Amino acid sequence: MAEALLETAGLTKRFGGLVATGDVSLSIAPGEIHAVIGPNGAGKTTLIGQLSGELTPDSGAIRFAGAEISRLGPARRAALGIARSFQITSIFREFTALDNVALAIQARAGHSFRFWRAARRDARLRDPAFAALGVVGLAGRAELVAGSLSHGERRALELAMALATAPRLLLLDEPTAGMGPEESASMVRLLAGLKGRFSIVLVEHDMDAVFALADRITVMVYGRVIASGTPAVIRADPEVRRAYLGEEGG
Amino acid sequence: MSGRYVAICVALAALALVPAVATVADAPFYTGLFARIMVFAIAAVSLDLILGYGGLVSFGHAALAALVIGFVSLRTSGVYFIMITLAFGQMVYFVAIGLNEYGGDDGLNIARHSDFGAALNLDRPVVFYYFAYGLLLLFLFLGNRIVQSRFGMLLQGVKSNERRMIALGFPTFRYKLTAFVMAGAVCGIAGALFANLTLFVSPSIMHWTRSGEIMMMVILGGLGSLVGPVFGAAAYLILESVLSRLTEHWQAVLGPILILVVLFSKTGLYGIFALPRRRSG
Repeated sequence: MAEALLETAGLTKRFGGLVATGDVSLSIAPGEIHAVIGPNGAGKTTLIGQLSGELTPDSGAIRFAGAEISRLGPARRAALGIARSFQITSIFREFTALDNVALAIQARAGHSFRFWRAARRDARLRDPAFAALGVVGLAGRAELVAGSLSHGERRALELAMALATAPRLLLLDEPTAGMGPEESASMVRLLAGLKGRFSIVLVEHDMDAVFALADRITVMVYGRVIASGTPAVIRADPEVRRAYLGEEGG
Repeated sequence: MSGRYVAICVALAALALVPAVATVADAPFYTGLFARIMVFAIAAVSLDLILGYGGLVSFGHAALAALVIGFVSLRTSGVYFIMITLAFGQMVYFVAIGLNEYGGDDGLNIARHSDFGAALNLDRPVVFYYFAYGLLLLFLFLGNRIVQSRFGMLLQGVKSNERRMIALGFPTFRYKLTAFVMAGAVCGIAGALFANLTLFVSPSIMHWTRSGEIMMMVILGGLGSLVGPVFGAAAYLILESVLSRLTEHWQAVLGPILILVVLFSKTGLYGIFALPRRRSG
């Protein structure tokens, strides 16, 4: 296997007496979609938080592209090429969809101590932002205020913002959360189309989505990794079936 | 868009006529009142930059030393930010009271106006008026460029959703600090103008209620519009001038007016008069 883009070793985070993630070790190859699944409270979002830098692990290491990053803040990690989307949609509601993505472009376009030129007329921001909206199918909604978009469109907008930062690693926290079956299916098609362009860590409850997209799957229960492997291996794993898939009658 | 733009330009241009009208009407009082409005408008515009666009509620705005204060205060957010800027503002206020060689609590009379040579003699009310007017227009213009620039977009992004901005990779602290310092510097210029206007400074201009007053002008005029606070300052000071002649309890009348304006328009007077009914928030 090629050298890993992201590697964690012994990642542990406690909240009081609760072990949110205990000794989590992952390895994510370039271009791989790596799904993290598990019941509610398994520590999936806590894991994403530690990878994105919003949470600092109590112990353990995170290596990204060969460098230790576990002490860097979220802004620094984003600048290194780690983009995330949030489980609860996090956008700039007062801005238009295009403004939202243009801000993401701006984040990667050097410093923002630029006080003179009008940002909304800057083709270096607007053109790539418009292109990113096109990728997620929102080109026709570019000038709408983000707060007025439908739930599914906002999820897509959030993805467009993550894409616009030209990431090497994408952390997606339940991209299909709250979506109906059709919206969900179109998000899965969208993600499938992105496959191979960068690595993705995908936290997801929708098992159809997971098995359609993932190259490898890690299963977490109560903060610990109980299994990790290809979809076929996970599907056959008796412990996984008992602890997790079994719950859903799988 | 263009109609509103024209209306604002006309209103601002009309301010240029105030000294002439006041002279013709033999009422020099109005030149003084509008000079005062201009000075407070500069302070209000600077506060609007961080409050209306950056979402930073600062009660230390009347105090200088924004770099140091900002550096410490911006480590907090929300209510804590409000309280810490308030604390800093009050600290400066009490230090000023204690400085006896500069008059302490009694204030300090200034013997003469700032001397910028013969070309700019601030002794003359009309010269002062146009000087303040020019600075106000300059800061409105600069402010308008800034809020539309990348820096301005970033500032508005921070106000809307700072967590998201950080996740996108913006180190927001340094930008907020820059905005805080820029606004503080402009407010300091307003303070210098104020001292020139009254030829008297006392610690009371650093008291938090003064910051509160400027904040009221911003809110009354319209948060996040830059030009709104100019009208807010005008409305506030004209009301103060009119009402205080009628009753010494003029603040009891002003308060409800402020509440009514805020209740009926999220964007203050600016929202009522200058904005078409398309924007709701």
